[in-house]
Amino acid sequence: MKYALPAWFFAGLSLFACIAGPASAAADLDPAVAEAEAERVASMERACRTAVVIFAHQGNDGGSGVVISPDGYALSNFHVVQAAGNAMKCGMTDGRLYDAVIVGVDPVGDVALIKLLGRDDFPCAELIDSDEVSQGDWVFAVGNPFLLATDYKPTVTYGIVSGVHRYQYPAGTLLEYTDCLQTDASINPGNSGGPLFNAEGKLIGVNGRGSFEKRGRVNVGVGYAISSNQLKNFLGHLKSGRILDHATLGARVSNDDQGRVLVSDILEDSDAYRRGLRYDDEIVSFGGRPIHTANAFKNVLGIFPKDWQVPLTYRRQGKTYDVFVRLAGVHGQQELADKLAERPKLEVPDPDKRPGKKSEKPGPEGPEPKRIPLPPAMQPKQKTAEMPDVVRKHFEARSGYANYYFNRQRRGEVWANFQAHSDFTTATGVWTLRGQLLTPGDSQLELSDRGVECALPGGNQKLLVQGSLATAADPPDSGGMLAALYLWRRFVVLGPEKFGDVYYEGTVPMPGRAGLVDALYATSAGVQCRFLFEPGTGRMLKMELFRASGDDPCELIFSNVHDLPGADGQERELPHTLEVRYGDHTYAIFKFSDINPRQPTALP
Amino acid sequence: MTKSSLLLICLALATACAPAAAAGRAKAGDSSLGQTVAQVEPKIVKIYGAGGYRGLEAYQSGFLISGEGHILTVWSYVLDTDYITATLNDGSRYDAKLLAADPRLELAVLKIEARDLPHFDLHTAADGPAGSRVLAFSNLFGVATGDEPASVQHGVISVRTRLDARRGAYETPYKGPIYVLDAMTNNPGAAGGALTDVRGRLLGMLGKELRSSVSNTWLNYALPIEEMTKTVDSILAGKYVKRSADEREIKPQHAWSAQRLGLVLVPDVLERTPPYIDEVRAGSAAEAAGLRPDDLVIFIGDRLVASCKAVTSELERTDRADPVKLTVSRENDLVEITLPAEAREVKSEK
Repeated sequence: MKYALPAWFFAGLSLFACIAGPASAAADLDPAVAEAEAERVASMERACRTAVVIFAHQGNDGGSGVVISPDGYALSNFHVVQAAGNAMKCGMTDGRLYDAVIVGVDPVGDVALIKLLGRDDFPCAELIDSDEVSQGDWVFAVGNPFLLATDYKPTVTYGIVSGVHRYQYPAGTLLEYTDCLQTDASINPGNSGGPLFNAEGKLIGVNGRGSFEKRGRVNVGVGYAISSNQLKNFLGHLKSGRILDHATLGARVSNDDQGRVLVSDILEDSDAYRRGLRYDDEIVSFGGRPIHTANAFKNVLGIFPKDWQVPLTYRRQGKTYDVFVRLAGVHGQQELADKLAERPKLEVPDPDKRPGKKSEKPGPEGPEPKRIPLPPAMQPKQKTAEMPDVVRKHFEARSGYANYYFNRQRRGEVWANFQAHSDFTTATGVWTLRGQLLTPGDSQLELSDRGVECALPGGNQKLLVQGSLATAADPPDSGGMLAALYLWRRFVVLGPEKFGDVYYEGTVPMPGRAGLVDALYATSAGVQCRFLFEPGTGRMLKMELFRASGDDPCELIFSNVHDLPGADGQERELPHTLEVRYGDHTYAIFKFSDINPRQPTALP
Repeated sequence: MTKSSLLLICLALATACAPAAAAGRAKAGDSSLGQTVAQVEPKIVKIYGAGGYRGLEAYQSGFLISGEGHILTVWSYVLDTDYITATLNDGSRYDAKLLAADPRLELAVLKIEARDLPHFDLHTAADGPAGSRVLAFSNLFGVATGDEPASVQHGVISVRTRLDARRGAYETPYKGPIYVLDAMTNNPGAAGGALTDVRGRLLGMLGKELRSSVSNTWLNYALPIEEMTKTVDSILAGKYVKRSADEREIKPQHAWSAQRLGLVLVPDVLERTPPYIDEVRAGSAAEAAGLRPDDLVIFIGDRLVASCKAVTSELERTDRADPVKLTVSRENDLVEITLPAEAREVKSEK
């Protein structure tokens, strides 16, 4: 080992030498080659400026990272950050050492988000679409192998993409590498968490794993990087400061002998089951990708956070069905935090103990080889380091969170953004909403602190709130529209601080809408709600009320927003169209012509 | 790591740099390298067979050498089973038959029942001088399954040399020329993969894992195709074809047997018991010829004998009037031993 280190070091040096070389050897060089080389030198230099070399525990431990926004957010591996602790020292090519704080972690995907402090103009890398990456593309990895970068100048290693959409089994339920990129650029201990760039210096992945077996923990020409597309899906969630979970469909799939992927088992309380998926159905596409192997299915599943709604197409008896399924979490509420607390050994997943492996005789695909995540370059000497003041200002410990400080921040931002156009703090009186139903008929909704009254063509409905709303399912087939309306008014009046337990979930997709939206998740009156906000405008797009697990939520979808002058002269944005959905059907669509969010009537 | 190998790494990296820059500007997927990869991948085969315990992977790599489903791969324990599966690049799976193997070259030819497959032509295989850039295609670590393409790595031919240049350093019966590569190509499961130039022309076959007993380092190497063409041609011509069990061949009246040779094989307890010699009887022809206990019989004549049963069956078909040529594996060397024909005393009396 001692012997090998200088060799790699020199190998790295020779690479730099060849970058610098052309100037002297330019005489008989084809101008096109010289130009291409100059471009490559420039893109490497640009890319290196965004790389972070992480040191922890007085430099005895560490890894790599990459800055992705000017305000200092940087990606790394969970297994690097877990070993480093909540505060890190991060060196960059400007020669400065920055303090950094943990933000959010994804232990299953082996991703961590940290924030470098002290600047708002950090050089940052651009995450591009990793589905555009092909086998044979030239790539380079930047990082801190063997913690060599004590001068904060990272090491560059060069290679090609050996494979895309690779699946690598987890250790237990953690550190699963799905849909990852495989490269032959040297990935060594200390490279963990560092960027993999394409030839133009755009970020396509975060390195974190190698196939190591009998040859010791050094590069064997097989490194794996978490794809930029998976990172993009998780980024909003990582900024929530939470400990994130991955997703499950609630169904198992397997390949049949005709190259189809079939449902081999399904949970009856899963959303997939409620959306019609059954045993023996063929999975045609998932997450927008055609599915031909069980690995491809697991690859898609692995790139989405828990609770996302993802398109699924399945086929039964020649007929195809297109649905959106809500993905459930892999772990229970407390399970993940417990797992981290006990500090799982980052050991080899035992292929023989994997679920679903039955026969002793190796199947046609044979048993899986062992893969081990890259270890932190060295073991920490001590766990508790003094947290610098600047970091302490950005850190707040709380169960279930990597750093609650960031959740509070994001929650506050989303709320402030909403309130900028829709401040209902004083509208604590009775709200009346009058209008037409899409199916002919008049309607009137009356919302107050006490409950909801609703006049519909079919008759009147009333909800008087007393205690838990878990059983408040009225009107029938609405999933609990009255309770949802009650909680909606209550939320926009009270705000997240007073409504109940409200946290920032992250960013989620909304079926039928491009891009991601901000989500606040709330618990109040014994039920869960989720409020979705349009980034930028801050408008509330949707509310979901989950009364009972195993049941579909009642969804309030808001649109046709325009300003409404209030009695107090203040203008507020209010949605004038409300669609109420439950399961696969629309319960009602309201077109309001008259909305009056009253202030309390003054007593005579 | 020695000084010279260090130099090689530096040299190799420097060589790799210049052309890389040109490729760097191309868009993802349509780089010339990407085109080469797309053209080679359909010829690469994932092979699954015996193993799967004690660090012995039950998979290796191979590549198609005919449109009718001939696959060239390395000869190894993975093929030591009646159930070999070959998965093609499109994910289709076939039962593969072991046509024949040559333990001297450590190669084997498999056959699947298929037609019009994309394949390499061994006779147009290229020659790779030292310093030329190469691509290695293999299913190393079994990373790819089904229709997932095999892994591709890039590197440079460091030198073309003979494997026995460092006598005794590597435990392998193959002593011939090899390409030494600067890339980490020879990992578990990579053996049998294809080495091509950057235009996708076949140069060699990735060899089995080899660790130097002197330096404890792993060798990354490939066997040049030209070393193998003659043998593969004779296999394809049927010369090496294993005798099938139901072949209606008239057995000679006076045939050889292990006992007659003075050999005792290990007890035949498995479906395919490796034919190790347990004992050589004193004063026997076997002893006189120099056979020893613990020798593993690999060939009788030109026929591969993979089990005790195959040895018995082959000897039953060999007339005592003919000499018997045995090829045995002894301490990682292949040793050829010929036992002379038996004089037929009865005949001579009459």
